[in-house]
Amino acid sequence: MKFHRINAIIWRHIYGTHRTLHRLVDLFYWPTLDLVLWGFMATYFTRAGQSAFNLMAFLLGAMILWGILIRSQQDVSISFMEEVWSRNLLNIFGSPLSVPEFLTATFLLSLIRIIIVFAFMGLLSWLLYAFNILTFSFYLIPFWLNLLIFGWTIGIVAMAIILRFGQRFNFIAWSLPVLIQPVSAVFYPLSVLPGFLQKIGLALPTTYVFEGMRQVITTHQLSISHLALAFGLNLLYLILGCLFFVIMYRSVRKKGLLSKLE
Amino acid sequence: MATPILSVKNLQKKFGQYTAVENLSFDIHQGEILGLLGPNGAGKTTTIQMLLGVMEPDRGEIIVFNQNFKKHRQEIMRKTNFSSAYISFPGSLYVDENLKIFAKLYNVKNAKQKIDDLLVMLDISELKKKAFYTLSSGQKTRVVLAKALLNNPKLLLLDEPTASLDPEISHKIRNILRHLTKENGVAILYTSHNMAEVEALCDRVIFLNHGKIIAQGTPAELAHRIPEYQLILTYLDPPERMRRFLARQMVEFDLGDNGQVKITLKERQIPELLRQANQLDFKIINIDMEKPKLEDVFLKISRGCHPEFISGSSR
Repeated sequence: MKFHRINAIIWRHIYGTHRTLHRLVDLFYWPTLDLVLWGFMATYFTRAGQSAFNLMAFLLGAMILWGILIRSQQDVSISFMEEVWSRNLLNIFGSPLSVPEFLTATFLLSLIRIIIVFAFMGLLSWLLYAFNILTFSFYLIPFWLNLLIFGWTIGIVAMAIILRFGQRFNFIAWSLPVLIQPVSAVFYPLSVLPGFLQKIGLALPTTYVFEGMRQVITTHQLSISHLALAFGLNLLYLILGCLFFVIMYRSVRKKGLLSKLE
Repeated sequence: MATPILSVKNLQKKFGQYTAVENLSFDIHQGEILGLLGPNGAGKTTTIQMLLGVMEPDRGEIIVFNQNFKKHRQEIMRKTNFSSAYISFPGSLYVDENLKIFAKLYNVKNAKQKIDDLLVMLDISELKKKAFYTLSSGQKTRVVLAKALLNNPKLLLLDEPTASLDPEISHKIRNILRHLTKENGVAILYTSHNMAEVEALCDRVIFLNHGKIIAQGTPAELAHRIPEYQLILTYLDPPERMRRFLARQMVEFDLGDNGQVKITLKERQIPELLRQANQLDFKIINIDMEKPKLEDVFLKISRGCHPEFISGSSR
């Protein structure tokens, strides 16, 4: 792997960001809207007599953390789709760039964007609702990492499906995370779900993150075994996701679909 | 003979039952421009995509710079580049931003200067700070060409690089390509539907049809495989007299109503026909002759009349 090639792909998405409306919207507009909506909802429930700090922390914490997964996934998928839309895919894959370099660049790019979005949302929630995301102290790091990596995995899977089956599957990029949200126990405990959905939830690293987040808020403790399980599942899914991408890319090369995708 | 820059051996690509490229073998040497021609669906773009590594051949071997392409793709691609009329760049980025990205990708030293030089060479320096989507198709083609030249490639794969360029710019691009082959020894694989351009630019030409090579040679050699010449006579005699005369000569002709006749005949028949016309006192005031061109070869191949164009066959 060569850094200059990874750097090139990162710069491809950084150049012109300030001139590109949809990128600015992705970075700041949607997170702000989400924060305002959930913040008002938490305020309403608080005034209705619920425990003030916990509810605000439950909802805003879950919303900010879920935003990490969404951003991480969409940065990977949409960066790829932008290459398809701009008919740039042949330029990129017809260069010395390798698939691992492309994936690494996409991961690093999403990391950069998430740091920006996370800092922005953290600041905004503190300014608007006096909610400090750093309440989660050092537990924030494993939560953050788990969601980032799982977002990458979903992003790679979406990218591989679009690469292999074409742009008619673009909807995958937006619908995959929505599909896992109800079973990830983001805004409610896993116990709320029916039995068979709980089993699905337990197979997702996201569930352990959000259950862990509520555990930290209520008991200031975190189950290390659950955290380890989340990391284990994440590692497994990331490896499977990368393998899936490589298999799909090989199939695309075999069938000559790369130029037909544009 | 020197080792070829690119050597393709028995390349094959099938899509289901359809054979896109069959048993394709050819070499390109340093400083040579090889034209890859053929009608739509002949296998030209499939071949180029296999040479770029974005499509996997079913069979065959590609050797570039004396290295196996499959094993050393990244190393080979550092010294190779390509352009195509069918690719583009991110529209919202400025021209120089797009080129900077590829300069990083190909690890170009002193990239800023190189980009400026290429923009001047291709007459597009005023577009440097324009968003790619605002450019005309001809301007976009030149930016794509600038990308193809960024890394001083030793092998250039050009898939219809002058499509959508006006004649003056096309001429300039051809001069640049000739200069690159002569001064820097760049080997070029060139596809185009502009036969006059191929005739003027390429040292050698390969005709593909249904994925197979059906003719190859220099443009002049290939054109000479077509035996028919066009003789255009302008005359003052009654058209009926001319018609009777040509019918006796056993040649194909097209008698216009403007005092002109277009005669299709073999080169060796021309002197005899003109001698007889002179003997019979025809009042011929102008004689034009059209030699067979590469375009005639292309048309013959496209229409499926190509038994005489089997590689290596002679007139």
